[in-house]
Amino acid sequence: MWNHVKSAIAMLVFFTIVTGLAYPALVAGLAQAFFPQQANGSLILRGGKPVGSRLIGQPFSNPKYFWGRLSATAPYPYNAANSSGSNLGPTNPALFAEVEGRIKALREADPGNSAPVPVDLATSSGSGLDPDISPAAAYYQAPRVARARHLSLARVRRLISGHITGRQFGVLGEPRVNVLELNLALDAVH
Amino acid sequence: MMTADAFWQIVAIVLIAASLSVPFGRYLAHVFMGERTFLDPLLDPVDRLLYGIIGPAQTSRPMDWKDYAVHMLLTNVLMGVLIYVILMFQGHLPLNPLHFAGVNPELAFNTAASFITNTNWQNYGGESTLSLFSQTAAITFPMFTSAATGLVVAVAFFRSLAAADGGRNLGNFYRDFVRALTRVFLLPCLILTPVLVWQGSPETFTGQAIAHLVQGGLQHIPMGPVASLEVIKHLGTNGGGFFNANSAHPFENPTIITNVLEMLLMMLTPMSLVVAFGRMVRNPRLARVIYGVMAIMLMAALFIAVSAEQGGTPVLAGAGVAIVHGGGQPGGNMVGKEVRFGNTQSAMFDTVSTAFTTGTVNSMLDSYTPVGGMVSLVLMMLNCVFGGKGVGLINFLIYGIFAVFIAGLMVGRTPEFLGKKIEKREILLASLALLVHPLIILVPAAWSLMAPYGVSALGNTSMHGLTEVIYAFTSTAANNGSAFAGLSGNTPWYNIALGVVMLIGRYVSIIFMLALGGSLAAKPAVSETVGTLRTDTLLFGTFWLATILLVGALTFLPALVLGPIAEYFAMHAHLVS
Repeated sequence: MWNHVKSAIAMLVFFTIVTGLAYPALVAGLAQAFFPQQANGSLILRGGKPVGSRLIGQPFSNPKYFWGRLSATAPYPYNAANSSGSNLGPTNPALFAEVEGRIKALREADPGNSAPVPVDLATSSGSGLDPDISPAAAYYQAPRVARARHLSLARVRRLISGHITGRQFGVLGEPRVNVLELNLALDAVH
Repeated sequence: MMTADAFWQIVAIVLIAASLSVPFGRYLAHVFMGERTFLDPLLDPVDRLLYGIIGPAQTSRPMDWKDYAVHMLLTNVLMGVLIYVILMFQGHLPLNPLHFAGVNPELAFNTAASFITNTNWQNYGGESTLSLFSQTAAITFPMFTSAATGLVVAVAFFRSLAAADGGRNLGNFYRDFVRALTRVFLLPCLILTPVLVWQGSPETFTGQAIAHLVQGGLQHIPMGPVASLEVIKHLGTNGGGFFNANSAHPFENPTIITNVLEMLLMMLTPMSLVVAFGRMVRNPRLARVIYGVMAIMLMAALFIAVSAEQGGTPVLAGAGVAIVHGGGQPGGNMVGKEVRFGNTQSAMFDTVSTAFTTGTVNSMLDSYTPVGGMVSLVLMMLNCVFGGKGVGLINFLIYGIFAVFIAGLMVGRTPEFLGKKIEKREILLASLALLVHPLIILVPAAWSLMAPYGVSALGNTSMHGLTEVIYAFTSTAANNGSAFAGLSGNTPWYNIALGVVMLIGRYVSIIFMLALGGSLAAKPAVSETVGTLRTDTLLFGTFWLATILLVGALTFLPALVLGPIAEYFAMHAHLVS
């Protein structure tokens, strides 16, 4: 029996080292050499300091910025150290409270706008860190942002259309707008 | 109904996966039948080195099913102990930049059981619990070895079906295990990890970045060796995420390219194994029938789930939300989904993940529509639509043994399967192998629902709460690992109960399966006559499918009626509970 155990241990120790340590270390070395930007979290710098990651959503509530998805991370929204969805079921009253609260906030910030709210803008994302909104959700917010920044609506809409990432190969996935990049572009206008 | 582009996305992905599975299936058969492959000159010296380390006495002898099972169990137990120790003592181990303390004993048990059984159920959030050393040595490592375990057991089972020596030589566990790792799992990981990094998945040993946000305040962004975990997570049908949000997290699955790649990786080995099975038992016609029936079930599941999610929830529409897809609108049910995937690629991903027993999710199943969530639940209850590495196919074959038995009784012929008579012992073992599954789902789920410590963990109430509990035990019993994550599983009861269910679901099932294979191998082959009921025909394939659906419905329909089906009607009656 001891011979059996010795063989099994020898094999496991070898593979712990190879698959658990050498393999991640080797590809980390390659990644750092060839794709340092992505390998270190796709950070965006402004004035030399990271202002966020292109891939990680961050909170926006000021009317002069485009807002992202709702975030259900605990204990506060867009906590990147604790990714999570709301996990509210489709018949849970808390889901409707959340959606209605969001619609109310959107309409209060933009009283003239009575268009239906794009579903992604009214609901929380899977990760709680969704960096994107749909083009419809961006256009929905364009009048509010234009007014708050004293820009023409056409200017804001042009900015949005310049930031739409289309479907992959024209067919896969959904078109989207990266909220952080769009807001940084807004701040750069003037 | 779903949109036309969703239909074509589904057809395209399944066709690409299917076309990859034919050459890769042949390659698998070559590897495990000891035939030459193009990688031999490179890998033979590595294998020989390893056989030397393990010991020539162990690696050179033939094993029967009992011997094979003993060495598989021994290796897995030791693996579990190793993971348990690393998790408990991670506070004293290196590569712990965020200074996480050791994991508590119940959670360490649950996690060790989860990762050796290839389940990857997670009662913890990776970024807020585990050190980088734990993420690699206690999570990435068993993702390789548990995948290899599943694969070699399937191979041993196939050999027992083809055995000509009474089953005395089903191969050598250690040799198979080594070849599975060097020839099947390691190489694609080395090649594809850089692709994930290129798309945006981090690969670093720095613990986090700190961002100074646009509107003020700081954001701590944890990261680590994510990309290297991601590839084996899908290729090995593992499913455990680096982050709590799993493949919904933009670092684990940043783009549509990674989403498609991760789906294809999940589908590759299980689909290829059906092809390899046909070659190993020298009956490619039978493999084609099995592949066809599985593919039909998979396509049906994908169509239903995508349609349901695109349909959205009627109550949201009433609240002033646009739920129709098109013109830049994602539409449908976007609760718990990411914009870059939308409804189509989200529902496809989670359905593939539960069919192929991976358990990774790119959208939160707990927030799916009742029908969309039920598709995943049913796939794990049946546990035979391709399944993981071999488990799904073996379950499918066991249903086949029932099908020949029932058909044999109907038409008055002696039931035979793959040239062997099916008799009392085989039916007994097949029944036990199939009955373990509902037993370890329904009994602990009922217990949880009657106990205060079971109910207090629910994230949703009423029908949906019931589904959360049924889902947890179905997922762990099927060694899947996906969750209706509203259930707070990190309690002593769920850590231990789910851990035990994973262990039984894996090892007891494997032992019954290997015993069944051993029993068939020991029988003399009967030659085929005009009176033989052929199993490799379209007619029998249809009967096979009917048997699976019938047995599944008889076992699980009551639970489904009380959970998702009742919720479906409640949702459409605009009831909120």
